[in-house]
Amino acid sequence: MSEINLNTYAPNTWCPGCGNFAILNAIKTVLKSLVDEGLPFENIVLVSGIGCHAKIVDYINANSFYSIHGRVTPPCEGIKLANPNLKVIGFAGDGDAYGEGIEHLIFAAKRNMDITMIIHNNRVYGLTTGQYTPTSPFGFKGRSTPQGTKELPINPLEVMLASGATFLSRGTSHGMEQLKKIFKEAIMHKGFALVDVLQVCVTYFNMYDYYDKKVYELKEHDPADYEKAHALIREWDYNKDAPIALGVLYRKEAPTFDNTFLTPPVSGGVDREAKIRELLSEAI
Amino acid sequence: MEEFSILIGGKAGFGIDKASSTIAGILNQLSYRIYLYRDYPSLIRGGHTFSIVRASPQKIAAHKNKIDFLLALNQDTLTFHKNRLKETSITIYDSDTVKADDLPGGVKRAAVAIGKIIKEENASEIMRNTCMIGSFCKAAGIGWAILEKVLKKEITKEIDLNLKVARRGFNETSESLKVPPIKQDKLPVLNGSETLSLGLIAAGLKSYIAYPMTPSSNILHFMANVAKDFGLIVMHPESEIGVIMMALGASYAGKKTAVGTSGGGFCLMTEGLSFAGMSELPIVIILGQRPGPSTGLPTYSSQTEMNFAINAGQGEFTRLVAAPSDAEDAYFWGGVSLNLAWKYQIPAIILMDKTIAEGAYSFDRAAAGEVKEETFPAWDRKDRYKRYLVTETGVSPLAFVPGKDAIIKINSYEHDESGITTEDPAITKQMQETRLRKEKFLIQELERYKSVGIYGKTDSDQAILCWGSNKGVSIEVAEKMGLKVITLSVLCPFPVNQFKKAVEGVKKMILVENSATGQLANLINRYGFKVDSNVLKYDGRPFTVDELEEELGRIIK
Repeated sequence: MSEINLNTYAPNTWCPGCGNFAILNAIKTVLKSLVDEGLPFENIVLVSGIGCHAKIVDYINANSFYSIHGRVTPPCEGIKLANPNLKVIGFAGDGDAYGEGIEHLIFAAKRNMDITMIIHNNRVYGLTTGQYTPTSPFGFKGRSTPQGTKELPINPLEVMLASGATFLSRGTSHGMEQLKKIFKEAIMHKGFALVDVLQVCVTYFNMYDYYDKKVYELKEHDPADYEKAHALIREWDYNKDAPIALGVLYRKEAPTFDNTFLTPPVSGGVDREAKIRELLSEAI
Repeated sequence: MEEFSILIGGKAGFGIDKASSTIAGILNQLSYRIYLYRDYPSLIRGGHTFSIVRASPQKIAAHKNKIDFLLALNQDTLTFHKNRLKETSITIYDSDTVKADDLPGGVKRAAVAIGKIIKEENASEIMRNTCMIGSFCKAAGIGWAILEKVLKKEITKEIDLNLKVARRGFNETSESLKVPPIKQDKLPVLNGSETLSLGLIAAGLKSYIAYPMTPSSNILHFMANVAKDFGLIVMHPESEIGVIMMALGASYAGKKTAVGTSGGGFCLMTEGLSFAGMSELPIVIILGQRPGPSTGLPTYSSQTEMNFAINAGQGEFTRLVAAPSDAEDAYFWGGVSLNLAWKYQIPAIILMDKTIAEGAYSFDRAAAGEVKEETFPAWDRKDRYKRYLVTETGVSPLAFVPGKDAIIKINSYEHDESGITTEDPAITKQMQETRLRKEKFLIQELERYKSVGIYGKTDSDQAILCWGSNKGVSIEVAEKMGLKVITLSVLCPFPVNQFKKAVEGVKKMILVENSATGQLANLINRYGFKVDSNVLKYDGRPFTVDELEEELGRIIK
């Protein structure tokens, strides 16, 4: 295992038992193994939004971009466009990615931008002390909805599939080993990868027992099969009582935006001054 | 005829924009200096669109109400603009669609059966304007060779048919006068969006990210067209929020990046602006002004975002707000803003307005001031890298990902030197002071540049105060009326020293601004200066030379 020290001096302020610890520990292991396999450590860039999830970048001693609420995806895309050699991993909450910033997520998927989005989906706003999110079940009683929500949750994986994501997966914060596997596959995937982590908020929405009863690990599934992936994604809609599949649900090889969009650098560099003069003389 | 103006008008979809550029190109071949005003409604087809091309032996940056040539492709053009005609003016009209019965007496008229010519030549409707340009050249005594040369350059589709149609217009019109060529070098004719873009590129711009919005879309189009030539990343994302956040991502990864928008888009960007202030990620934001509030008049001009640009974003942080006043200024301040944004790791806002952004000017690059890519404080690799190292100037050395041996952490939360979140009161105070300390050094550096311009009769005790596109019209009027002109190219940090010098000896100061409240008057008031009168215009149209002269005449006895 790599010698790199990923710890920081930032005191960890997550609640004891928080599902974020599993994500933190899993990603640290994965980052170390990627470096062991030859990925230059400085090429790793972590991006987070605002919310409990986002503190993860304070806890990992690596390049990081601690963004604002709802805006994890666009910096990931900007960083990747600026330098396609970078491994860009975005961490976002469900309020962050599926609420305030869902437009960006949809477009990043549509572009098949080669980034990895890890969603800490605890289905509740933690840091703002317990309101419903886009994935809270119908009737969820939060501080802004004391009578229970009157709206159904969205199924983020279905939204992502429809948007053109080329890697969709789900894990839970009770399955660290599986998380490591999924994270690594997601990061290695060439294209837009999303991991929806059913990350439990022990303080405001403790779903450990429920998930433990409902989840099952995918065994024989072929993620290249779009129809089967779609059916699996629809099996549980984040609301009804149904089995919850964990693992890689969908995977597709497709051209990525950063590869197809970027103009290859002009060999020998650009003589900007000469080109400016040329443009000016054309305008006479 | 020392100088003259041509108005060409019709419906949207008639190709008025292209026709006016072509006319500007023709007059440029005679070495005139050009200013081109475009007036068009927010629609694709129909409505009334017109352009005024003004040509003069001297540099100009404004148009006049009165015109010398009226080129009417439809009845509306004649009806709406006949009051602009002088006794010596010439009206050329399509006699198949326009009746010229009610033109003022004395006005020379040339009826050309453009509709018939188009039919006979089997040409498309849009070529009516080519025919009109042919007629204009003949009427103005401009030789066929010049017309042919410019048409070949401007028109890419069906050039032979276009030339044929232009020739018919040329042949079927008689010469009314002879516009003489001028003996001086020709200058390129560009709009302010293009010169601003070139200034940014000359200063080392690497990526441009924008969502379309008038009047800044021209920058996006220009950048997209030259992206390959200059190795630029040009991206049009899903929204202005996506724009600013993507741009800050690119900035973090070491690309000198600019974004462009108008007021509405800038509203969406303000959270990102504040984030840039906190994270100290450099960025250039171009804010093209148009009349508001809200959607307002999307295709017209205003100067109403000064307060907004200076104050936008939560919290307190250092920023630069520059306001170019013409094509040269846009080139220069485009470059300077990019350099200063990276030197001080701040957001630099460039306030444009529709008049500069879409108006075309003879661009004198040599007079604009030199623009080149400047260096910024970079990490020397000696000590462990800290993104927010506290320094005397407040500027921390920069490193970008992937930085060998450097861990680069930027943060929207208050943070310590390493970029780790903190709520510690002492660090909070220290970091807030660090971010604001940069302003002091920025102010010092801005002394190197002409942030305040003085023009006109510089020893007059009566002065016009203006900024942005009003500089051109103000100088022209001031020279005629014997007034001084004081113009600001930097609004924030306010250039107190230069301004103080500029107002020495001024007893009466008149603000000329395209707003309803006089925003610059309020701004200078904060620094102890006072405006005596306001000449404000807020109908979306810029001041014309004749109009401003009349307005000032009422104030100055």
